[in-house]
Amino acid sequence: MSHMHGTRFLQGNIACAEGAIAAGCRFFAGYPITPSTEVAEWLAQRLPRVGGVFIQMEDEIGSISAIIGARWAGVKAMTATSGPGFSLMMENVGFAAMTETPIVIVNIQRSGPSTGQPTMPASGDVMQARFGSHGDYAVIALSPNSVQEMFELTVEAFNLSERYRVPVFLMADEIIGHMREKVHLPEEVETFTAPLSRRGARYYFRPDPKTLVPRMQVFGRGYNVHVTGLTHDERGYPATNDAKVHTKLVRRLVEKIERNAERIIKVEGHHLDDAEVVLIAYGAVSRSALAAVRELRARGIKAGLLRLITLFPFPERLVRKLARRARLVVLEMNLGQIRREVERCSRRRVHFLPKLGGELHTPREIVKFVEALK
Amino acid sequence: MRVEVRFSGFGGQGIVTAGIILARAASIHDGKQAVQTQSYGPEARGGASRSEVVISDEEILYPKVLRPDIFVVMSGEAMQKYLRDLKKGSVVIYDSSLIKTPPAKGIAYPVPATLLAKREVGKPIVANIILLGALTAITGVVSREAMEKAVLESVPKGTEEMNRKALHIGFAEGEKLVRAQPRSRCLSPGS
Repeated sequence: MSHMHGTRFLQGNIACAEGAIAAGCRFFAGYPITPSTEVAEWLAQRLPRVGGVFIQMEDEIGSISAIIGARWAGVKAMTATSGPGFSLMMENVGFAAMTETPIVIVNIQRSGPSTGQPTMPASGDVMQARFGSHGDYAVIALSPNSVQEMFELTVEAFNLSERYRVPVFLMADEIIGHMREKVHLPEEVETFTAPLSRRGARYYFRPDPKTLVPRMQVFGRGYNVHVTGLTHDERGYPATNDAKVHTKLVRRLVEKIERNAERIIKVEGHHLDDAEVVLIAYGAVSRSALAAVRELRARGIKAGLLRLITLFPFPERLVRKLARRARLVVLEMNLGQIRREVERCSRRRVHFLPKLGGELHTPREIVKFVEALK
Repeated sequence: MRVEVRFSGFGGQGIVTAGIILARAASIHDGKQAVQTQSYGPEARGGASRSEVVISDEEILYPKVLRPDIFVVMSGEAMQKYLRDLKKGSVVIYDSSLIKTPPAKGIAYPVPATLLAKREVGKPIVANIILLGALTAITGVVSREAMEKAVLESVPKGTEEMNRKALHIGFAEGEKLVRAQPRSRCLSPGS
């Protein structure tokens, strides 16, 4: 077994790097940026020892380009960055979505906009993960809240990217990335690799009618493979003036995620059954939120927590259901990004407690806010 | 019981390392839960550095330190900055070779760590390990065995003996202080 396993005391970023190795990642291209640098630093040492390749690129545009190329050469690939680097990657996020390239992009979020607070946590990039590149497409974004999950969700990110042939974002924050905790890493993890279409298949962008996902094709098998960001037909060739082809392709890029949303989405519920106030949180904030829920319960307030593990696709049905019978309180380290999603689904304004400046909500602040709602 | 520990000083003094070693001692070798987080400026050296450890028998949710039970401090600037977060009973272990004024709050334990590191070990860099030894002896928040194992597995190969020596100097300093002022040995998360 090539990844680290057993009981360890690890940093989140290193657990993420080990998760990548466990998932079968053998190519990493990146450009160091706080607070994500340890992912690259660790993989620079580790990947060559497991037969992989690490490249430090000239910038983040080069980094995402390199991992897209690596995946089309048949190797699972990842990059890691933070806000400013994430912005630079956006053009090729769209290229990966359009060409259905399975890649994993780790964003250890810091405070923006621009270079902002380099060493401080935030979750101001979550809408950028969903809508950052131009045009219509869909992605998957995950939000870990522990070092253990930095490992597990990195594995999951690879598996989802391979299953749906889509860029998957691990949207962590500085706290979870830099935090150290005890973890139990399994010796074996379940991995999935996008199945290949047969050699020389002509319509290798033809989707499976049920999942809407085409089989993968890679370079170097002796046949032409054409991969383009232009609107393309099922042979991969440009068809840029054909409204039908374009509509069909772009609808499918979105529908392959939407149709499979219930299979993709993971959430964690605490005391939701009888909750009159439901807190909605993700990432580091969800840890404070759970502590607050326990305190509120101790004070006789029927509070619950919906922790989003999957940010996108968004758990619309669940949020709609909860909104019918409970007051919703969204907690975020930004000025209201997931709040918009919650309001969209619940069709009402929700209570919102933001926190900026690089600090995490304290449980006490949350308790006070909820108590003041009455 | 939740015990909150804050280390603070300048970048380069081994503040973050000290936090990691304490958390490792508690979680891996004493079988408790521990979370270590850190806060630092964009500078590599010389900027303010802070490292925090929460130790508990139960699951740790909020990972940061708000009101430290134990404050280990290696610069006057950090002492000033975090004084207001201290509680009446907070244990303040400070490098008295760098900080001349004792804290206005909490229970003061002066340890001339940098001086001892230079004089007894010949390396000022092990001052943080001396402070960890003192912390262990004064508070009992982790066992000495756990701390020693955590120190030895965390330091660079070839420096084990030097660090073991530093740790034992810290144990002895801590014991001396406890004999003079025995009222803080109540911080074990198990108690």
